[in-house]
Amino acid sequence: MTKQYKAAALISGGLDSMLAARAIQEQGIYVEGLNFFTGFCVEGHTHAIRKKDQNRPKRNNALWVAEQLGMKLHFVDVIEEYKEVLFNPKHGYGAHLNPCLDCKIFMVEKALEWIRENDFDFIITGEVIGQRPKSQRKETMPVISRESGAGGLLLRPLCAKNLPATIPEQEGWIDREALFDFSGRTRKPQMALAERYGFTEYAQPAGGCCFLTDAQYSVKLADLWKSRGTKEYELDDIMLLKVGRHLRPKPEFKVIISREEGEGKFLQGYKNQYVSLKTTSHAGPLALLDGQLGPGDLELAARMVARYSQGRNAEQVELEVREKDGSTRTLSVTPIPPGEIQQGWQL
Amino acid sequence: MSASDDMVIVDARRLLCPMPVIRVQNVVKKRPPGTRIKAICTDPGALSDIPAWARINGHTIIETLSGDDEHIITLEVGGP
Repeated sequence: MTKQYKAAALISGGLDSMLAARAIQEQGIYVEGLNFFTGFCVEGHTHAIRKKDQNRPKRNNALWVAEQLGMKLHFVDVIEEYKEVLFNPKHGYGAHLNPCLDCKIFMVEKALEWIRENDFDFIITGEVIGQRPKSQRKETMPVISRESGAGGLLLRPLCAKNLPATIPEQEGWIDREALFDFSGRTRKPQMALAERYGFTEYAQPAGGCCFLTDAQYSVKLADLWKSRGTKEYELDDIMLLKVGRHLRPKPEFKVIISREEGEGKFLQGYKNQYVSLKTTSHAGPLALLDGQLGPGDLELAARMVARYSQGRNAEQVELEVREKDGSTRTLSVTPIPPGEIQQGWQL
Repeated sequence: MSASDDMVIVDARRLLCPMPVIRVQNVVKKRPPGTRIKAICTDPGALSDIPAWARINGHTIIETLSGDDEHIITLEVGGP
């Protein structure tokens, strides 16, 4: 009886991993998907908090891809383990706080653990030589295979012909000739293959799938680390960095101000963890105060929040101050003039 | 997470996807086929993600209820 070989595919939700998985399915291999959640993943839903992004599909692309391919998908929560990758990346950061090469090594290492626990035979990724400047280069491909421990069990179907044969190819589990030789940043071969497979819809690459590649997000994360004197964080900390306008008028505290109703609703979920401010005399944002407030700081924060309300030109704006224990009081302030909000406060 | 009779409740309020799916997935792993799981979520994305995850992994969606602020998805654990 012929053995049914099984592969685990790293599924990001983008086109490349979708094509890689399908290419291996086409060879009669049973494939299941893995999606690693670090906490920094860019999700359609995070965007969907904001009204301007309401038209984006409210779906998780990795799940959508798995459904299109008719395969199971397993989410792997790596939030805690990922901290070590982010804090001390052996291969350094990319343009921002993105430890892309270490991240890829880590994920393949986790995939290796998974295939061992679940009796699968090899791992596939949608990597393409030259596609990404930090992690997907000819020189980094063997580094990922070696340092993850996967070695010859890691197959990249889209660029396999540009790399030495892996175990599944050497052993004849799959036909190397039916794999591909894609390279470089062009997307044309992927688009052509998508058409061949009949994929008419797929997620378009839009700045990567990780917030750590985003300049503004990285500034906010670096600020969080600096202000706390430690790199440690909780999931809520890094989620909050994705939402609202962040202003730090003093090293000891910052104000997170919602930019619209959707964000206000989201921030409201944190009002038992942070002191919050909400304008009551005029329509306006909800704000959270993060850090230690000294004398006069609450008033300064309230004046800033009032500036972003409908009462920005009023003499006085009333706000409700809500403590973490639920107790409330009213504060009346004059909105801060725009010129007094220093550029350096904006994160 | 809490259990009442044969229904397991997963509180996934305030969590953004895919965390509600991960919470449900982790509970499903430990429960036998036929167990009913009720996930309470605030991220509207869970309304599409939990059913999608259930479909591809062989579980059955029994009911989805969507309110202004909370969404409840009930599923039944399928066989291996």
